[in-house]
Amino acid sequence: MTNLNPILEARQINAWFGGTQAIRDISISAQPNTVTALIGPSGCGKSTFIRCLNRMHEEVPGASVKGQVLLSGSNIYDGGVDPVSVRRKIGMVFQKPNPFPALSVAENVAVGLRLAGISKRSVLNETVEKSLRQAALWEEVKDKLRSPGTSLSGGQQQRLCIARALAVSPPVLLMDEPTSALDPISTARIEELLNELKKQVTVVIVTHNMQQAARISDRTAFFLLGEMVEFDETATIFTNPKDRRTEHYITGRFG
Amino acid sequence: MNEDLSLRDFRRKLINWAMGAVLALAAALVLIPLLSVFAYVVKQGISSVNWNFFTQLPKPVGETGGGMANALLGTIELVLLAMLVGVPWGVATGVYLAEYGRGKFARALGFCVDLMTSVPSIVVGLFTYTILVMPFKRFSAMAGGASLAIIMIPIVARTTEELLKLVPNHIREAGLALGIPRWKVTLWIVLRGSMSGIITGVMLAVARVAGETAPLLFTAFNNSYWSFKLDQPIASLPIQIYNYAISPFEDWHRQAWAGALVLVCFVLVLNLSTRILMRQPRSTR
Ligand SMILES: Nc1ncnc2c1ncn2[C@@H]1O[C@H](COP(=O)(O)OP(=O)(O)OP(=O)(O)O)[C@@H](O)[C@H]1O
Ligand SMILES: [Mg+2]
Repeated sequence: MTNLNPILEARQINAWFGGTQAIRDISISAQPNTVTALIGPSGCGKSTFIRCLNRMHEEVPGASVKGQVLLSGSNIYDGGVDPVSVRRKIGMVFQKPNPFPALSVAENVAVGLRLAGISKRSVLNETVEKSLRQAALWEEVKDKLRSPGTSLSGGQQQRLCIARALAVSPPVLLMDEPTSALDPISTARIEELLNELKKQVTVVIVTHNMQQAARISDRTAFFLLGEMVEFDETATIFTNPKDRRTEHYITGRFG
Repeated sequence: MNEDLSLRDFRRKLINWAMGAVLALAAALVLIPLLSVFAYVVKQGISSVNWNFFTQLPKPVGETGGGMANALLGTIELVLLAMLVGVPWGVATGVYLAEYGRGKFARALGFCVDLMTSVPSIVVGLFTYTILVMPFKRFSAMAGGASLAIIMIPIVARTTEELLKLVPNHIREAGLALGIPRWKVTLWIVLRGSMSGIITGVMLAVARVAGETAPLLFTAFNNSYWSFKLDQPIASLPIQIYNYAISPFEDWHRQAWAGALVLVCFVLVLNLSTRILMRQPRSTR
């Protein structure tokens, strides 16, 4: 267990929706170029937690957070830190593919840079191609860069969303059940993709699919009822968990 | 027992059929005034819609001939003026209501917008008269445009608000998660995604104000000549029709019908093209 230089480290995260606490004292850390999986039954707080990692939780009306998230050592919740700049470094892909309506495939990918003030065509074009290649989508869409992003298939749309997130080159990418709305083939493609992406970004991924967590992640955190029960090497979690509840969950005895 | 059932069955079918017939008749009756108005306007006006009508100024009383060119252009000027003010203002109000409006103030504002939609247009004219005509002691294109803008604003605002509310929240979240500031997400992602719908709304609002007469009566007033000055009275199609229609001259009556026909066609074309635009498959949702 090397815990020397985590790129992302959450310390004692608590989060509320209005008066109800959704997660309690959750701490995890992720080494650079690893994939961390978050698993657990529905409603246990995985989405809430992952949204705390890039300050998206506070966009929910009435929601609040307590705790620290260190990105390369500096706390993104420090007073004076602009959530906008945090989100540029910690990207996010959602459960449902959500390309921007009325924007073309290329515009969808470029929009992050565009709205950050970069308008040079050559830079934008280059980024669009590079990001689409990274998301393993380039070959499929290179002839329809100008058609609406929403005209792609569900699996392609999700890879488009991955490309869109990658275009602003965030060192960390958060993914909340990115394959749960997709068919098995699209899912397999995204899993393959993650193996490649890992060379450039650090990934935290929520998944309901236990085999997926086992296949793609280096470390796994098991959540239950708003708390983190266990966080360890993925192999350990799946073969030799320390906690009975983890064991019950991964062997399918409740969930 | 069995007979009883089939009798009930027959009765039910009969009532069903009768209701359908009544409804179809009601619908057909609605069409009668619409079609007959249109047919009558065409019949009366078509003979006077000619080249002169579109190119010449009105002739003084007594002389025949002349046209409504200045009134046509005047209506276009007034509508453009109204759009210049009404579209940005209406869109901004709609964006506020849909994206930022929370709490009492926003609810009150939404209520006011609804009220504004139903204020009689003569009252809008009076209001504009008080604030833009009386102080300057002069009827003006500016005042006319303003009164039309006041009618446009609530229509555009409501359309914008309703369209933006159709944009699912996860689209906004996706934008925010990309590190785009909220106001840019609103403008360049949410609003832009609804653009085709908003244009439709604007076109409908234009069709609505193009035929308004009451608010122009004591704001833009009238003018027998070309007018390009914002602070001068300006002619418009509806007012010209009104003036000619109440005049005692046969020739002017004919021209009034021609004006009415042109106005009806303009509104019809706007409405039709809006419908065609709306029917196009939209990738906005
Ligand atoms: N917008 C919200 N307002 C109020 N409560 C919420 C909201 N979103 C989630 N919650 C509550 O917070 C708790 C954690 O929800 P969360 O969405 O984080 O679970 P999850 O682990 O992601 O579940 P799933 O696997 O079904 O996605 C749940 O009890 C849920 O009811
Ligand atoms: Mg979830």
